[in-house]
Amino acid sequence: MSAFVFRLKQDPDRRVDLSGLVPEALRGRSDKAITRLPLNTGKLRVGDVFSLRMGDTPQLRFEGGSERFDLVGANMASGEIIVEGSVGEQAGRLMRAGKLHIQGDAGPFAASRLKGGHVEIDGDAGARLGAPLAGEMAGMAGGVVIVHGGVGARAGDRLRRGLIVVGGTSGEDAGSRMIAGTLVLQGKITGTPGRLMRRGTIVLLGADYSPSPTFLDCGSHLLVAASLLAAELERLGVGSARRLRRSVRRLAGDMAVGGKGEIWISSSDLR
Amino acid sequence: MRRLNVNGVAVENSFAEAFDMRATALIITAENRKWARQAAMTMTGFATSVIGCGCEAGVDRELTGTETPDGRPGVRVLLFAVSTAELQKQLLARVGQCVLTAPGTACYGSALPGEEKLKLGAALRYFGDGWQISKKFGGRHYWRLPVMDGEFVCEATVGMTKSAVGGGNLIILGANGRNVLDATEAAVRDIGAVPDVIMPFPGGIVRSGSKVGSRYKGLIASTNDAYCPTLKGAVASKLGREIASVLEIVIDGLTPEAVGEAMRAGIAAVVALGPKKGALRIDAGNYGGKLGRHHFHLRTLLP
Repeated sequence: MSAFVFRLKQDPDRRVDLSGLVPEALRGRSDKAITRLPLNTGKLRVGDVFSLRMGDTPQLRFEGGSERFDLVGANMASGEIIVEGSVGEQAGRLMRAGKLHIQGDAGPFAASRLKGGHVEIDGDAGARLGAPLAGEMAGMAGGVVIVHGGVGARAGDRLRRGLIVVGGTSGEDAGSRMIAGTLVLQGKITGTPGRLMRRGTIVLLGADYSPSPTFLDCGSHLLVAASLLAAELERLGVGSARRLRRSVRRLAGDMAVGGKGEIWISSSDLR
Repeated sequence: MRRLNVNGVAVENSFAEAFDMRATALIITAENRKWARQAAMTMTGFATSVIGCGCEAGVDRELTGTETPDGRPGVRVLLFAVSTAELQKQLLARVGQCVLTAPGTACYGSALPGEEKLKLGAALRYFGDGWQISKKFGGRHYWRLPVMDGEFVCEATVGMTKSAVGGGNLIILGANGRNVLDATEAAVRDIGAVPDVIMPFPGGIVRSGSKVGSRYKGLIASTNDAYCPTLKGAVASKLGREIASVLEIVIDGLTPEAVGEAMRAGIAAVVALGPKKGALRIDAGNYGGKLGRHHFHLRTLLP
């Protein structure tokens, strides 16, 4: 039992679309058929960028990454993809199930409109993690995204369902326009988290936070829901989750758009 | 029918006749064991028989924090009813009135073999009057309802099994009330250790066993006169001269196997106590085998 291995020959000279290289698309194809698959960028084909070692499991391993690798794992519905390096934009976009593990950094719009499955990024992620593209109404609709590094601006924009966990610093206005779902920020924050959020939960673990005027202090509480989230985070290996087992300060907002959302912070972190 | 004799206790060559039922299992947690237990006891009160209560319910076992979704102490409760619609109705009424109202509680589904779902939080959420919050963690869907001591957290749906069995039973007969009660309590204690079963009557014991029908219009069940010791000279009694008291244990289980194991544990406890301190005879209730498809023959459940 071995994975399909795509070894990078050399960094491509243009952006390449890897959305066709997902486990379910390779099932039943010969090595020649796979190397002839187009990369939707000019005349480039898989064999021009990668040398292939065939596998017999729904697991793909990219030996070497590139910031020009776009749409890695997009629309994936099963199996696992591991990238030993960084990727470009829209990694895991519209993914439905399975696991995508990027061992480097990811570009903007990683996990864009994710529907299910598990995305893990060992490095940093660019702007608009999980967010919709221009013209789309809602962002991530399910699944789990874990970024061990930092994230760019507006992570979780229009988040509708699912869980995003950020280990490092988050860029401006994380959780902007959230519809629902859960966004956990473990590192420093910038800007105004939850700007124009309608519903959903933003959890600030360890951040020094000064609430905006449209988030109203609802006091400190020992929340059962926080314990349930802590259990899930512990299952996912997030160490700081134990802080949720103590009382948290609950801020309701954004009152500018109905105030059904909330920000949880450790009581001691409120400025 | 020929009787068997085990450790001096006569075991009738009879069988318990039991029926298919719908069932669900819940986990109720609270700040401490006292309030988890209180909510569970309130919810399963007045749930002794589907004849008059709509459902049969009871506590399966107590749970430690490591066994519950939120890490708090809890209680596992089982509910049985004759139809999905009635089970759904009873579930919402009982959790809504008895668990939602109890301080600090939360309510979750407990894993069941069945795939079908009943609404719980998905219906109770409207109590939140627009302030209810939906959360999905780890593939499970919860509703958070703001209440006066904080939040009531409740799983949106809970599982339901159609493989449940209701009406497993043991009838325990003896020379006096004290000995019969001791023997029956011993059986209840040991059946309580069997997972996936409940004994819905008070303390697990029923003293007013019933027969089908009545001489009065409108009554579907009436006292089981054949087992009433004060009538044994006046009716076609099942009791010998030596019998002066009879008690029954009714057992509902999530599977036929669980009911069988519970009856086996109960028989073993009564037999172990022996005839001098406990019961003289063990029997089981049935309707001639024509009504329920599950027949638990006592002779196959001996220790």
